[in-house]
This record gives sequence, C-alpha cells and structure tokens, in this order.
Amino acid sequence: MWPFILRRVLAGLVVLFIASFCLYVLVSLSGDPLAQLKANPHVSPRTIEAARHQMHLDEPLLQRYWTWFTGFLHGDFGTSTTGQRVGPQIWVRLGVTAKLVIPTVIIAAIVAVLLGIWSAVKQYSVTDHTSTALAYLFYSSPVFVIALVLKNFLAVDVNKTLGHTIFYTVGENTPGVTGTWNVIRDDAAHTALPVIALVLVTYAAWSRYQRAAMLDVLNADYIRLARAKGLSRRRVLLVHAARNALIPVTTVIALDFAVILGGTVITEIVFGWEGMGRFLYEGLTGPVSPDVNAVQAWLMITATAVVAFNIIADILYAVLDPRIRLG
Amino acid sequence: MAEPEAHPPEQTGRPRPTLTAPKGPRETLGSAPEAAPPVSRSQLQLARERFFHHKPAVAGLVVFVSLLLLSTIGGHFWHYSYSDITAQYSTGPSLQHPFGTDTIGHDLFAQVLLGTATSIKTAIVVAALATVVGTLIGALAGYYGTWADFALMRFTDLVLTVPLFAVLLVLANTLGKQANSWFWIAIILAALLWTYLARLVRGSFLSLREREFVEAEWAIGASDARIIVRHLIPNALGPIVVNATLTVAVAMLIEAALSFVGLGIQPPEVSLGSLINDGQGAMAVLPWLFFFPAGFLIAIILSINFIGDGLRDALDPSQRNSS
Amino acid sequence: MSDHLLEVRDLSVDFSTREGTVQAVRGLSLDLAPRETVGIVGESGSGKSTVALAILGLLPRNATVSGSVRSGDTELTGLPERALAKVRGSTIAYIPQDPLTSLNPAYTIGWQVAEAIWAKGLDSKRGAHRRALELLETVGIPRAAQQMDRYPHEFSGGMRQRVAIAIAMANNPRIMIADEPTTALDVTIQAQVLDALRAAREETHASLILITHDLGIVAGMADRVMVMYAGKPVETAPTDEVFYRSRMPYTLGLLGSLPRLDDERRGPLRPIPGTPPSLLTLPSGCPFRPRCPVAFDRCVTEEPGLDPAGPDHRAACHLRTELEAGDTTLFAASWEDTTDQVGGDEVGIHGRSRSEVPHG
Repeated sequence: MWPFILRRVLAGLVVLFIASFCLYVLVSLSGDPLAQLKANPHVSPRTIEAARHQMHLDEPLLQRYWTWFTGFLHGDFGTSTTGQRVGPQIWVRLGVTAKLVIPTVIIAAIVAVLLGIWSAVKQYSVTDHTSTALAYLFYSSPVFVIALVLKNFLAVDVNKTLGHTIFYTVGENTPGVTGTWNVIRDDAAHTALPVIALVLVTYAAWSRYQRAAMLDVLNADYIRLARAKGLSRRRVLLVHAARNALIPVTTVIALDFAVILGGTVITEIVFGWEGMGRFLYEGLTGPVSPDVNAVQAWLMITATAVVAFNIIADILYAVLDPRIRLG
Repeated sequence: MAEPEAHPPEQTGRPRPTLTAPKGPRETLGSAPEAAPPVSRSQLQLARERFFHHKPAVAGLVVFVSLLLLSTIGGHFWHYSYSDITAQYSTGPSLQHPFGTDTIGHDLFAQVLLGTATSIKTAIVVAALATVVGTLIGALAGYYGTWADFALMRFTDLVLTVPLFAVLLVLANTLGKQANSWFWIAIILAALLWTYLARLVRGSFLSLREREFVEAEWAIGASDARIIVRHLIPNALGPIVVNATLTVAVAMLIEAALSFVGLGIQPPEVSLGSLINDGQGAMAVLPWLFFFPAGFLIAIILSINFIGDGLRDALDPSQRNSS
Repeated sequence: MSDHLLEVRDLSVDFSTREGTVQAVRGLSLDLAPRETVGIVGESGSGKSTVALAILGLLPRNATVSGSVRSGDTELTGLPERALAKVRGSTIAYIPQDPLTSLNPAYTIGWQVAEAIWAKGLDSKRGAHRRALELLETVGIPRAAQQMDRYPHEFSGGMRQRVAIAIAMANNPRIMIADEPTTALDVTIQAQVLDALRAAREETHASLILITHDLGIVAGMADRVMVMYAGKPVETAPTDEVFYRSRMPYTLGLLGSLPRLDDERRGPLRPIPGTPPSLLTLPSGCPFRPRCPVAFDRCVTEEPGLDPAGPDHRAACHLRTELEAGDTTLFAASWEDTTDQVGGDEVGIHGRSRSEVPHG
C-alpha cells in the first residue's frame, strides 16, 4: 500500500504545482489591483508607483510567480494586496470554514446513508417515494436559493414566533461572547442555518447513490444465499447487505469534497461568514483585487485537501473491499 | 426459421439475457456492416416505451418544454419587455403584472421569461459543447490508450483537483466580465465540464474496444475513424445521452450560482441567478422578487433531472433501481 | 402422518411482469422420502429453479405461490419470514447455482461457513469455527486450515461451489436442494463438485433434490427423476425407468439428442426441433405439441395429466401406453429433412409420418 500512497502523493504534488502556476497566471492577468487607486484623482503618481513596487507588480510575471513559489516552499504565503500577511489570515479563515464543512459532511453522510438504505429496503413504499422526491428537490436546488430561504424566511419567522433569536443569519459568531457554554451555544445558533443549507444540497445526491447501491446489493446472489442459510432478516440487511452497499458511497463522499468546497463559497457569501470561501471571493472581486497571493493561498490549501481526500477515498475503498488490493 | 425467443429470465435474480440478434443479410465487403442489425430499430422503440413509462420523466418533459416555449415564444407576445420601466414599482402580483414588479418598475414576468431563456440557452450550449468535446477526447483516449489516455487522465485529475467553482470564479472574473456575453460564460463552463464526459466515454471505449466485433472490424481493415464513429460511439451512446442531459442541469446550477455572485451573466443580460441576486435585498418585503425566479429555476432543473433519469431508464435498463 | 420429509402438492408459481403473467410452475407435486435423491431435469425456462426457490420461500416480490409445501408438520407456503428462517439452513438447505456470485465478497470463506452455525445459535463461535474447518475438509478444500481465512475471490468457481456445499451441510439438514450446482462450471470441475455433493449427502444422511439440465449428472446421482417441461412435470420415474423405458416424447427426445460413448448406433444426433413455448402465452393442449413427432388432434385440445404409465412411473402424454418404451428414434436424425407437418404449425416435423402413428 505504501508505494501506492507515495505515487499518488507525488502525482498530487505535480498536479498542485501545475495548478498553482496556471491559476497564478490566470488571476494575475484578470485585472489590476491598483485600478481603484489609479482612478482616484487625489492620488499622486508617486504613491501609485510606490504601491506598485511594494506589490512587486513592476516585476515580470514569471519572476513574481517564482517569488511566490520559493516563498511558499518556506511556508510563507506572501502579502495580500491589502498589505497584510496572508498566512495568519488564511489559517483563521480555515478554522471558520472547517466549522462549516466538518459538521456538514458528517451530518450529510449519516443522513444519506440511513435514508438510502431505508429507501432501498422499503422500496416503492410511501417513505421511499417521499424521500426520493425530496432528494430530487434538494438535488435540483441551488445552494444559494436554499440559503436565502432559510435566512430570510425560516430564521425570521422562527425567531419572531419564539420571541428571541434562535437562528443567526450573519456571521459565524457574536463577538464578545465569553464562557465555554455560551460560546458553544452561540456558535451553534450561528452555524445551524448554513449547515442545514449545505447539508440539504449535499445529502440528496449521496442518498440516491446509496439507495441504488443498496438495491443492487439486495438483488445479489449472495444475499439470497444468506437468507437461504436461515439468517435473520436483520442480520442479512446489516451484516451482509449494508456491509457491501456502503463501499461505493464512501468513496463518493470522499471524492465530493471538492464539490462541497464550492458550495461553502456561496454559503459563506450568503451568511456573511469570514471563511475561506469569502476570502477567495474577496480576493477576486474586492476593492484591491485580484489579490494573487490570497487566491494562491486558498488554492494550495483546498487543493491539498482535495488531493488528500482523493487518496483517502482510494485507501478506504481498498480497506472495505477485499477484492481490491492497491498495487 | 423460427427466431429464438427471449425467455423470461430464470428467477435466479440474474439479469435478463440479451436477445441474440439474427444475422443480417450478407454484406459485401466495402459497405459498412451495421454493428447492430435490424434489432436496433426495435431497441429504439423499446427505449421510447421505457421512457414514457417513467412518469416523472414524462412530467419533466412536459414542464421543460412548456417553460422553454413560454420563455422563448411567450416573451415575444408579452406586452412588456424586460427593460421596460413602468410606473408601478414594488407592486405584488396582479393581473397587469402577473409576477409583480421590482423596486425600479421592471415587470418581473418579462424579466423571468428572459432570464429563463438565457439560462436554458446557456446550459444547453454548455452541454452540447462539453458533450462533443468530451466524447471526442474520451473516445480518442479510450481507443488509442497509452499516451493519449495518460495525458487525458492527468489533465482531468488537474481539473478535478481544483474545486470547480473556484476555477470558474477565476475564469469568469478574467474573461467573463470583459467578454460580457452569455456565450462566453457557456464556453467557460464547457471548458471544465467536458472532463466528466471524457472520463465516462473513455471508460466505455476501454471496455468496448475489447469486444469481438471490434476485432472483426480490424480484421476486415476498417479504418479507426470508421470504427469509432460508426460502431463504438453508437454503442456508448446511452450513457453519453444521459450524462449530456444531466450536464444541462449541472450547468444551470453553476451558471445560476455564478450569476448570483455577480460573475456570470452580466447586465444588460438577464439570468435567473442574477434576478435572484437583484431581488435578495428586498426579499423580505417583496418576496415575489425571489420566489418567481427561484421557482422557475428549480422547476427547470428538476424537470431536466427527471428527464435524465427517464433516459437512463430507457437507454440503460440494467439499472433496475428507478424510483 | 406419512414419513415423507417433504410433500409438495400442486405447486404453482406465477410471476407478474410488465409483459403479463408468466406461469413458471404449473401444478407440481412431489414426495421426498428420507435419504432419497430426486433429480429434477429440464431445460432453461422449464421452471425447475423456480421450484427450489418456491420451496424455500426465496422468490422475488412479484411471484405468487399457490399449492402446498409441507415439511413434516409444517406448511411452508405462506409462512412468515421469521419462521421460514428457522427452517432454512437447519431443516432444508440450499446450494446455489452460480458460485461466482453466491458468496459474500466481504467475508472469508471460513467465516461464512461458521456463520451458518453460530448465527443461528447452534454453537459458539469457536465451536462453529472448528466445525467449519471439518466441513471444508470434507468437501475437499485443500489446506483448509490456511484457506479458511481467504476471501471468495481468491478461489476458483469449483472451490467456491464446494464452500457453498459446506455451508449447506453445516447444520446437518434433512433436505438439501442443489439448484444447478454444476451448470456454471467446467465439465472437469463438475466431477469434483459432485464428489463434494456426495460426501455431503453421506455425512448428513440428507435427502437431496438435484436440479439440473444435465441428464448425465442425474444418471449418476439420482434415485428418481422428474422431467419438467414448460412449468410442469411431464415424467417421473426411477432413474433407470426414465433412461431406458421412458414413455414421454420429450424425454425420449432429450435422451436421443445426447451423444453417448456407449451408443452402438452409429448415427447422427437427433435434436428436438423448435424451441420451448413462452410461459407468457402457453398454447392450448399439450405444451410440447408443436415439437412432438407423434402429436395428434387430442394433443391440441387437451393437456395430458401426469398419469400412470408403469410401475412407479408417470408420464404426461396421451400416447404414453402406446409408445414403445425407451424408443429414442422417435425424432429424425438432424439432416433428414421431411417437410411433413404433424400436429404443429410453426415447425416442420421430421421422421414418422402421420399414418404410422396410432391415434388414441
């Protein structure tokens, strides 16, 4: 297994390198961070020139990339066009996004697996049809639509009915809250709606997949033999069927990680979270955009995570399915 | 001579055995023998039957076609244009303005019709481009293997590693704003979505290539192009069609998201995503500004997904797990 | 109270499909005595596998079962799943058809054999594990102690089938039903699997219902044979009776179409022309009529019942007593082509002309 991991990691590094270069070029060419400054009539050419020099914009593109690259190898993410160092910022932002992504993946995975298996076992029942219909609905809804509905209607109505704020719709926490229990409650109140929005669009595809996988397994010959052995229905479903049906969906979940990150960008924008997604968005559309170093930092972190999850997906598959041995 | 009938499958849970196709009339060398003799026509009929059996797919088809006609033709007959500014601003749905008006006085119905047309148009172009490019490249990679395959797989790895949305944001930012046309957005989206189809086609071709009829074609000296175009692609067509359909839905979702954050369809062009963006500020007081565009958007994507599912049922009946 | 282990009366199975109702089994009756091996023979679509699944209650949801299947005092049809599970594996065991897909790929073979014992509470896990080793040795898995911890995909088809046999015999069932156990295997492997089956039969003293399309297998293993056609038994008799003194044209056709090493007749093979009927739309009268060289007008209107035709011998043919028992030359040789149409409309019948056949 280790040679496999090594090869994949190396391949991943190469891909990361190429991606970083392509994106650097694309982002740099997409605009001028000094545009607003230049448009301001009160700013002297000398200030502009100084700013230009500070951002290294007077250097050729390849050299700029090299500067970034060598810096990155030393763990330095460079300086943002806002003047602040990118490094400390991005780690904080990562923590914020993690608060969104981790609960989402866990909840969506559990819901999808349970619903998928249940729907398959009770195929064509009312429960099956209902959950399939809902899955289709959420699968077809853009995350921002769901987020907006939750934010502007559910939150407002629930808060009004209950008289105080259960659901917060802006930001990831209330500043100034102290005490562990209060902080946890406050975080939860802020996290609930964004997580619900992301979970709804994420679980849907997975549950359909799980249902299909479970149905395939239930129709398999080895399930029939398990029943013929005289095993209890529960045993057949859990020990024999589910054990096999979970394999494909595990890798799907791991591979969908990249897709979830896309969804977090939108969710953070709608709910005003200061996370990685917003960081990217501001880096591309903010007042001093394009912020090349910021975008690069975002890329390196997320791409690394995606590569890591892809490798984990393959390892998981090999662990779960004895027929697969990684070479 | 009696044709062998298809027996009802032994109820051992194994899939229904395929009809052994009766051999067609002797072909002279030089004319292209069909990969699938006369039976293919009835297969199409069978597929059509299976599709129309799939109730959600039929419903989806009806809804989609209706909305498509409404947005393209209906817009011409409606007495307001999307850019008309009327005296009634911020009004709710009424007879005069069935979808209400926005804060400036635009008639929302006209805007939604145009937005729908733009969104659908963009998504279809994306799917068409992505399918053509993806099929070609996937076919070449799957058929020729070795370096072509390797290159394709590494490239798709690259595309799949970087979260799609990020790349799109960057690309849209770089190119979209300057190009200022829905067509460019379509191109950008297609430039990334083709990879999924390429992987699919490559997989199909890798296995199809091993089939005996391909060997037979080689033996009689058929050219690669002929084999690919007349034999392999038709056989891989089922999953391609299904995926192309689902790509339309995905493209609509992504375009809507891009337009929502201001990086997709730009003014003066209108898309359902941009309409939702415009309306989100006043959403609480003027809910129709949100619900009509959002409703249309979901309805279209949902119908396309149903159609895709129906097509999958029709073209790939080994999937017994339709809802 | 009879001492039959299994009494099947008038078993019928219908499948409701999109194209209509498929009558897979149409009135089958069978008695199984202790330590007896019954071979059920028929071609694809004759309904033989369906019978096995119907007895065990393992048919898919679109199947409707009517008739009676009694094991001892218990009526098995309509029994709730929980009660059926107690019967399966303990009283009646099943040996599946396709060894390549019948074992769970996620668990070792040793575990899967042992599970048949401990999951039903019939022994401790350790005891079951020990017993599994014995069983695997009995069915002829070499180096069983090491092989126990391997996964099914590491074994060939023949080996996997032996594992399936080990699973079936694990709890000393009274009845084993082997559903085409060698169909998916090479002929050379068949012998090994049949040996394992015999070993299982020896050790458990179980009765065996052996379902197959291969007459050769049946000849070597069965005490009695039931020939099925189009969902119905068309002949039942002790093995020798069926092979040497059959009184049903279909059976005779089957026998005549087999190449045999010991055949003195140096002649061409005699296949049965035509194909079995669709079980969706059965013709009236005898279902074999379109392919039968001796069919006459009564065969069109009246389906023959499984009626006595000799000692412990029943055949479903109006001409059963008139036919020369065991006459496999009923069907013409493969290249003799006379276009004499007898009794059927689709297929030209070769061989005997109408005038030579007695009308009854």
